[in-house]
Amino acid sequence: MLLTLLVFLPAFAGLLILLLPADRAAYSRWLALLGSLVALAISIGMFFDFQTGGGFQFVDRAAWIDVGSFEIQYFLAVDGLSMPLVVLTTFLTAAAVLVSFSIEYRPRAYFACLMVLSTAVLGVFTAMDFLLFFLFWELELFPMYLLISVWGSGRREYSAMKFVLYTVAGSAFMLVAILALAFSAGTFDMEVLGTSTITTAVLPLGWVFLFLFIGFAVKLPIVPLHTWLPDAHSDAPTAVSVMLAGVLLKMGGYAIIRTCVTILPDQANDYGIWLAAIGSISVLYGAFVTFRQTDVKRLIAYSSVSHMGLVLLGIGALGTTAMVGAAYQMLAHGLITGMLFVVVGLMYERTHTREIGRLGGLARQMPLIATGLVFAGFASVGLPSLAGFIAEITVFLGAFQKHEWAVIMAIFGVVLSAGYILWTLQRVVFGPVRHEWDEADDQKHWWEHASVIGLAALVILLGVYPSLIMDMLDPAIGVVSARVAG
Amino acid sequence: MIQLFAAATGEVPGISEVVLWAIILCPLAAFAAITLYVRHLPKIAGYLSILAIGVSFVLSLIALVDVLGAGGGIAIYSHDWFRAGPLELALGVRIDGLTAVMLVVVSSVSLLVQVYSQGYMEGDPGYGRYYAYMSLFITAMLGLVLADNLFMLFIFWELVGLSSYLLIGFWFHKPSAASAAKKAFIVTRIGDLGLLAAILLIWTRHDTLAIHEIHDLALTGALAGTTLTLFGLGLFAGAVGKSAQFPLHVWLPDAMEGPTPVSALIHAATMVAAGVYLMARFFPVIEASPDALNVVGWIGAATVAVGASLALVQTDLKRVLAYSTISQLGYMMLALGVFGYAVAVFHLFTHAFFKALLFLGSGSVNHATNTFDMRLMGGLRTVMPITFWTFLIGTLSLSGIFPLAGFWSKDEILLEAWVNNKGLYAVAAIASFVTALYMFRAIFLTFFGTYKGGEPVDHEDEDSHFHGDPAHPHESSWVMTVPLLILTAGAIAAGWWAWGKEFHHFVEAAVPGGLHKAPDFSYWIAITSSLIAVAGIGTAWAIYHRGLVSSAEIRKVAFPLVALLENKFFLDDLYERAFAVQAFQRGWNRLVEVFDTTAVDGAVNGVGWVGTQSSRVLRHAQTGQVQLYGVGIAAGVFIVAIIVFIANPL
Repeated sequence: MLLTLLVFLPAFAGLLILLLPADRAAYSRWLALLGSLVALAISIGMFFDFQTGGGFQFVDRAAWIDVGSFEIQYFLAVDGLSMPLVVLTTFLTAAAVLVSFSIEYRPRAYFACLMVLSTAVLGVFTAMDFLLFFLFWELELFPMYLLISVWGSGRREYSAMKFVLYTVAGSAFMLVAILALAFSAGTFDMEVLGTSTITTAVLPLGWVFLFLFIGFAVKLPIVPLHTWLPDAHSDAPTAVSVMLAGVLLKMGGYAIIRTCVTILPDQANDYGIWLAAIGSISVLYGAFVTFRQTDVKRLIAYSSVSHMGLVLLGIGALGTTAMVGAAYQMLAHGLITGMLFVVVGLMYERTHTREIGRLGGLARQMPLIATGLVFAGFASVGLPSLAGFIAEITVFLGAFQKHEWAVIMAIFGVVLSAGYILWTLQRVVFGPVRHEWDEADDQKHWWEHASVIGLAALVILLGVYPSLIMDMLDPAIGVVSARVAG
Repeated sequence: MIQLFAAATGEVPGISEVVLWAIILCPLAAFAAITLYVRHLPKIAGYLSILAIGVSFVLSLIALVDVLGAGGGIAIYSHDWFRAGPLELALGVRIDGLTAVMLVVVSSVSLLVQVYSQGYMEGDPGYGRYYAYMSLFITAMLGLVLADNLFMLFIFWELVGLSSYLLIGFWFHKPSAASAAKKAFIVTRIGDLGLLAAILLIWTRHDTLAIHEIHDLALTGALAGTTLTLFGLGLFAGAVGKSAQFPLHVWLPDAMEGPTPVSALIHAATMVAAGVYLMARFFPVIEASPDALNVVGWIGAATVAVGASLALVQTDLKRVLAYSTISQLGYMMLALGVFGYAVAVFHLFTHAFFKALLFLGSGSVNHATNTFDMRLMGGLRTVMPITFWTFLIGTLSLSGIFPLAGFWSKDEILLEAWVNNKGLYAVAAIASFVTALYMFRAIFLTFFGTYKGGEPVDHEDEDSHFHGDPAHPHESSWVMTVPLLILTAGAIAAGWWAWGKEFHHFVEAAVPGGLHKAPDFSYWIAITSSLIAVAGIGTAWAIYHRGLVSSAEIRKVAFPLVALLENKFFLDDLYERAFAVQAFQRGWNRLVEVFDTTAVDGAVNGVGWVGTQSSRVLRHAQTGQVQLYGVGIAAGVFIVAIIVFIANPL
């Protein structure tokens, strides 16, 4: 019941927030914080209670809908792959609530949406029935659409609609694949699907793999299915960018490992090289386009395309090391990019611009925010002793044997990221002071400190103590790679 | 914990592992404490940092004595760090002759620089921040030389890069400083790609990153052929970036934007030597591959030539020293290319003292005149006697004058080159003439002649904390001169350790294998190299002191050459303007961006447009007549059935 409690706790908090009377709307942020902190505490408790190498745990299973030969279950569980992602989600939800503390426009609806979003993502990471998984996957769209189109900026309706249509288009493929699998194997149970071999299928399994992959690749995103991401990021409010970059993208990488690779290992073997190639191309392509961005948030969005390419590269190598690296990269990128968006959000609140050309010299006026940006920037560059480095090097070391050329291409991303990040830092925080921002104050509220310091601490923790997560990922992913290896 | 020992000669040093870790952790603790607690208490930050590095220095000395006592043995302590599938990575420390020498060089120069900085950085608003960054740098550098495996070495290698970035860009409000910091990090990272590739290669092919295992692989011949050459060249690419070798040397002169003590410590004495250390550390690998050895030697020679020739035309005292550093690092690489492992390390060792001395001396001059421009100096010999005499001794040492430190190490490089590669010898010998010439040019311009008044203090500039009077220069305070005097002792005496090849035997024990035997001391080489140096000094005297030949005349006659040199061989223009800005950013990246917005995103919006347009047409099908819908559904089912049948024939 613990897992069910965890997944629905944020949504329940959201419901309570909606029930608040209008004159108590200001309490909504406190309720949201309380809900997210309790969820965080529960997930941390589960994390330390988790039996490393013990397969699926905290199982909540009940028969749900019976249609003829199909039984659709309510089935939640976590293994070594999803457990860290669950903690990441609850953690970033709390951070997202903190950075939204100064929201004044319709706070009840805002925080309710944020909480429902958290539940949807937690559901995706924990659902082990494929149809339930799909429901959570789609559930995430509603709050996202509202959050971007109501609380966003710029071309927010366009961006929100683009985000939704893109995901739905991907989901259409995914649904076909899910049904094809279910009709072939006679079950929606992902644990069963992931341990049995499908011999006869209603559709060629290569197609099924491809359809699933398209659905998830949109979310990751890969080149060329990525153009919704910069639009969504640049027009979304800070907290939504944090959630989007931090956990929503990870649904794609998680789902590729959990379903494509685990359920269809033979097809994964066939297509592994393509995944690695697309991954490498995304790394480079994303980096090239990042160099051209003039809006800080779009810049971070494109750098995400580049960094998520590494996830795909790692998955495409199919070995334990590379896939552990890919999973680690998801966590590292979630924290680092989450932190980048938090810091840029703080900057935006003070300057009301994201145009790099208008910023500059902020290290003098906002030393703390500037420090945060430099820290997160170097984390993003893959500085050793921070989380991103461990992830990158593990992916490279794991994938090199199998896809030598893809890795050689991708390591150029290491120099490119240094290039665009340092250039951005130079233009935003260094250089002569601009007196335009003399009145702007530095990071000062406790909730701002809390979110920045919390994220930075985790980035360091994952950089110096990788075993904390690796030991959990390793057995879970070892099962997958053993299955692929036959 | 695993304790391994591979003492080729001598016994295992008995030093405790805790001591070795403490050497790294003391400055790290200072960094953490300053960052978190005493950022705003500058004096305390300085003392804390000096205390921490002082402890590290004492412990390093203990380690050195211990290894000396053990006759140059090796001790390795390794711990599992994390694992993912078959990948297992370790954290460990290794102590041997090479590491012990490096530890003492790094910690002693750091300690002196930290003391000196109290005077140089006095009154700077970023005083606490300065000491925090310096502590971080020292941590990283000490970790780099103690690392027992390539992965850990790479981690500290990058942290050294970070602290260098932070310190070059210390005065970040100056656009030139911010830009130089970025350039340093990116250019060295280009080299790091090679190092990263080498790590991937060796782990993929031989399942190890431990230094002693890589040594064994190279010695037994298990690591051979293309893998060996690629691995060696990959390591060397890293060294080319970090040690500012041609063609990646361009970042080092710009790095002079940092505070001068930083230049002394990081960009002269220690960090830039990290590349040389890396090559020395993996010398059995380089030695086993003739191709790699040749590349190392000739890149070293090119660097010697480029550095020395560019130093000739600088007007900024610090930049003379920067190009001189590039040139001297080239000598070290050249030495490695002619089998001179011990000689290269020896030159690294002596160079650290006299080059740190020269940089700190230039800082002292700057403190008196508010400028580094030699055209605004002159005649400082009388007003700054301590600075002058120490600077002069450093210069003589660098020029290779008997019996100073630089003489011994440079002489041996020339000797090795003469024995093993006459071509490299020619480059090294000519460059040693140029070395004496450019250094004494600087001496004469700075300390002789009449004083030109320095740079007036700009009282408008709120960032300037200059509190002397450039019109009336004076000697610096004792916190600055005492470190100069101590370093002078090093610049004089550091070379004497090589007496009887003591130094060589000591560091050779650190790297096992069939090391090339060093040739015996040759009076012929020693006398020739001394004469060359004296000729360089004489030429400088004739041109810049007596004016026997006018430098303006030389400029006129050798105009194309001077233009080439003053534009740094146009390399910066080629890299930055032609490549980075035009070809890369405005060309290629723009192309990809346009493709992204028009083709990729254009297609997406195009689909959206088609969707809206077709719905305009298709809404006419929405008649509300159920039988029509039924036909549609039936048709749909039929089509799906056909697809399923085609895809999956029974």
